[in-house]
Amino acid sequence: MDQIFTLDVHGLRSKLAAHEVSPVEVVRALARRIEAVDPAVRGYLSIDLERAIGEAEAADVTKPLGGVPIAIKDVISVRGAPCTCGSRILAGYRAPYDATVIARLRAAGAIPFGRTNMDEFAMGSSTENSAFGPTHNPYDPARTPGGSSGGSAAVVAADEAFAALGSDTGGSIRQPAAFCGCVGFKPTYGRVSRYGLVAFASSLDQIGPFTKTVRDAALLLNAIAGVDPCDSTSLDEPVPDFTTNLDRGVKGVRLGLPREYFVSGLDPQVERAVRQAVEHYAKLGAEIVEVSLPHTEYALSTYYIIAPAEASANLARFDGVRYGYRAEQPGDLLEHYGRTREEGFGAEVKRRIILGTYALSSGYYDAYYLKAQKARTLIRDDFSRAFRRVDAIVCPTSPTPAFKLGERANDPLSMYLADVFTLAANMAGICGVSIPCGFAEAEGKLLPIGLQILGNSLEEGRVLQVANAYEQTTDWHKRRPQSVTGNA
Amino acid sequence: MKSDYTATIGLEVHVQLKTKSKMFCGCAVAYGAEPNVHTCPTCLGLPGALPVMNLEALKLTALTGLMLKCQIAPVCKFDRKNYYYPDMPKNYQISQYDLPICERGEVPLYDLAYPKDAQKSIANPGKRVRLIRIHLEEDVAKSFHFESSTGIDFNRAGTPLMEIVSQPDIELPEEAFAYLTSLKQALIYGGVSDADMEKGQLRCDVNVSVRKRTDAAYGAKIELKNLNSISGVRRALAFEINRQIEALERGETLRQETRRWDDDLGETTLMRTKESAHDYRYFPDPDLLPVRTEVFLDEVRSRLPETPWEKRERLEKDYGLSAYDAGVLADDRPLSAYFEAAARGSARPKSVANYVMNDLLSALGAAGQTVEECPVRPEDLKALVTLVDEGRINSKQGKDVFSEMFSTGVDPQTIVRRKGLQQESDLGAIEALCREVIAANPKVVEDYRGGKSVSINFLKGQVMKLSKGKANPALVGETLQRLLS
Amino acid sequence: MSSEDLDVEYVAELARIRLTPEEVATFRSQLGHVLEHVARLNRLNVAGVEPTAHSFPIYNVFRADEVKPSLPREEALANAPRQAEGLFLVTKVLD
Repeated sequence: MDQIFTLDVHGLRSKLAAHEVSPVEVVRALARRIEAVDPAVRGYLSIDLERAIGEAEAADVTKPLGGVPIAIKDVISVRGAPCTCGSRILAGYRAPYDATVIARLRAAGAIPFGRTNMDEFAMGSSTENSAFGPTHNPYDPARTPGGSSGGSAAVVAADEAFAALGSDTGGSIRQPAAFCGCVGFKPTYGRVSRYGLVAFASSLDQIGPFTKTVRDAALLLNAIAGVDPCDSTSLDEPVPDFTTNLDRGVKGVRLGLPREYFVSGLDPQVERAVRQAVEHYAKLGAEIVEVSLPHTEYALSTYYIIAPAEASANLARFDGVRYGYRAEQPGDLLEHYGRTREEGFGAEVKRRIILGTYALSSGYYDAYYLKAQKARTLIRDDFSRAFRRVDAIVCPTSPTPAFKLGERANDPLSMYLADVFTLAANMAGICGVSIPCGFAEAEGKLLPIGLQILGNSLEEGRVLQVANAYEQTTDWHKRRPQSVTGNA
Repeated sequence: MKSDYTATIGLEVHVQLKTKSKMFCGCAVAYGAEPNVHTCPTCLGLPGALPVMNLEALKLTALTGLMLKCQIAPVCKFDRKNYYYPDMPKNYQISQYDLPICERGEVPLYDLAYPKDAQKSIANPGKRVRLIRIHLEEDVAKSFHFESSTGIDFNRAGTPLMEIVSQPDIELPEEAFAYLTSLKQALIYGGVSDADMEKGQLRCDVNVSVRKRTDAAYGAKIELKNLNSISGVRRALAFEINRQIEALERGETLRQETRRWDDDLGETTLMRTKESAHDYRYFPDPDLLPVRTEVFLDEVRSRLPETPWEKRERLEKDYGLSAYDAGVLADDRPLSAYFEAAARGSARPKSVANYVMNDLLSALGAAGQTVEECPVRPEDLKALVTLVDEGRINSKQGKDVFSEMFSTGVDPQTIVRRKGLQQESDLGAIEALCREVIAANPKVVEDYRGGKSVSINFLKGQVMKLSKGKANPALVGETLQRLLS
Repeated sequence: MSSEDLDVEYVAELARIRLTPEEVATFRSQLGHVLEHVARLNRLNVAGVEPTAHSFPIYNVFRADEVKPSLPREEALANAPRQAEGLFLVTKVLD
């Protein structure tokens, strides 16, 4: 009972359904755990405990996620709750509506619980760009949890949440999952409704789950996936039960190793862990095939045109007129805008808005935005070709394990390179997951390493099957950080 | 206008579509509501909210395009037009940039569309103004300016707005008037918009430049704002063209600028000179998907109404109406529908038209009613015309019966019967009256027989008087002639 | 395309973000590096390649013209930094 927070969603569900524990007891136990651990992790921005208890009292434990508290990245709207997006410009704002994913979680019986920290407007790879201070990696508080969904990854890894939702625009679920040693799943673009997700780059953003196990990721996907009349870009495709094929193994499954992902800049410990994972798959009966994604070298450039360009328009609405921060006593309208946005946004957001505005501005549109959209086609075609030959692609999630807080803060380009293996999937619109596949040693600390498994569009089931085959035959996912949590 | 100058005029017309809900959300489109009662996360631009296209707005725009002979694009898309203004919730407007739903097309300037005082001297009869494009976008909020602040009401924000851009084909203020009148009529006909300029349902920006006829290059383009009525557009253009010519005559150079029309003062004043070129940074809206119009075009075609100009021609042809009468009726879609219901199968469609355009319209006007509220059923009006036509009542009685019909809604046969208005058509009775009158007026009879044929009218009048107006005037005439021959 | 063309002050004005002279200098240098990296797109031949706006080629997602409930006005205005008489207030706009 005391250690109930160590359970995964699947395990918690069994106990709730069997009435061995009540939803209210679960919420209270979680709150105690957070109180003990979060001062060191700083994964949560806010928690409305009273409301969560109220919802727990009313929870229907017969539902698929009945009574399960789920942490929500502070970029997803929950009616009546803050939604700061890690930004000063949304200080004080409370969403008057539920995002579709929240409505779906509620329909499945889950309890949205707490708001997790993030890089401001999901722009960043370390959660250091939060206006409310960084989140610390549970494995080494001197290091970042990755980003932008660093809070969600850290609270799941530190047993401060059974599961969490995050968002992934260029790797913002998978990269922090890799850094924190948990499972992070990015669905196919359009699989999960974006309605209520504060937009960073609309054509790339997807909501996905952070969980302790692959099975839990399937359970959460079951709850949140599916077409939504409020999101034109959501896909009207049948949603299978993602748990059905979890245990089918990888015998005869063809796994592609992209040549371009094993290059200089890849940390040797990461490379070793990933290659060992690939060997492990071979032993399980998978067929390993080398594939080529020839336009990989253009992915970062393409991404850093498209995403900031879309963001420059998406973030224009933060102007202090209808909600959020407003500069005091502006002399005129121009000053109202200029100072509200100067004082409300952090440096990285300003940088990206300026970059994106520039890429769309008169005379540069063709050279930057249009060119990037064409490059995006080539990147997408790379994956289409590869998926004609293989069932899934396996590669590192990030070139390095978690880096130190402050290490890359003043060098945007080096920060951007942390996403070099993840952002192509967003541009291709395909799905992918990061799962724990080992540890690197750095300065006496063990740091998790993530294995990325990418699948073709709508092939979430296949990706989960491949991921689960690995998880079921390894122990990495059972490890827990010692440094901040203290639990055995 | 001095004849050695010519003006070039282009119009951008914004039209609010008559949909129930907004362009990208389910909020009601309503005029005159309390501020900010028709808003939601989408039309307030709240973080995380997304747009979904209103199919009816696309259909109404395509319908307008078909009425105006535009080419409907097989594929169109929506783009974001970026600029900051407090009435724009997202600080970008969802609009259409390079793939609008309609391209080309034309608006015919028919005679009655011109201002009344200009209809006798139309410079270019039968002119058609070509269109560049029609695209769909979302309207902005409404601002109210106070002493030290500006208040914003987002009820209007997100209303479907159609922008109709003309070629600079218009040369005269009267043509701009006719263009707007003709366009407005088409919009009302199609049920696309109520197009009421006072309510802001139709708004118009005008660009005008002036040059010597001998010059090939266009003059500096001046944009006019604050045009709130069609006649205001005409007045503003007349003033502005004159102002520009006078300036050029004085040797001044005109620069591109925006001017505000003051309808009370009857003059334009400088608002701003050309600001640094707008950089709208258009790009395809990633929240919306492209539209293939083929899926709804068949349905839109089936909704295509007869255009006002088509109706005008048909009324002339089918009912033998004069061009003027056909024009007046076609101008008003409900009125022409009423007319057709009454005139169909009538032996005297022109008489029906007269009743509709005179008696009916003035009665409606006096009662403050619309044609749809008219108490006289079209088939009753037809019956009334037949009664007069067959001589069963005279035309004076016809007018009286009509008033009775209008106030009671009772059919004409019943009124005639009840009031004993049936004309005296009994030949014996009429002959007796005629003989009485002939006997009483020997002098007039003598004049008639002596060749003064108009004298018979006096005798006719006496007979009518004697019959208290009930005698059939045609029969009286025939009988008098017979008796006097 | 080249990083030389980036006029940070002008672009920041377009984006309605006031910057200090120090920020202008820092951003110019940092974004210069990013644009140098992005310049590798110059090497890429994209002749005849269709641009991708959406990763899924889907069309025609519409809603029917039906009225849905709006937010209660108190909720619509609840987040307004300044409001009066049902209106959102901003500093006086001169047009």
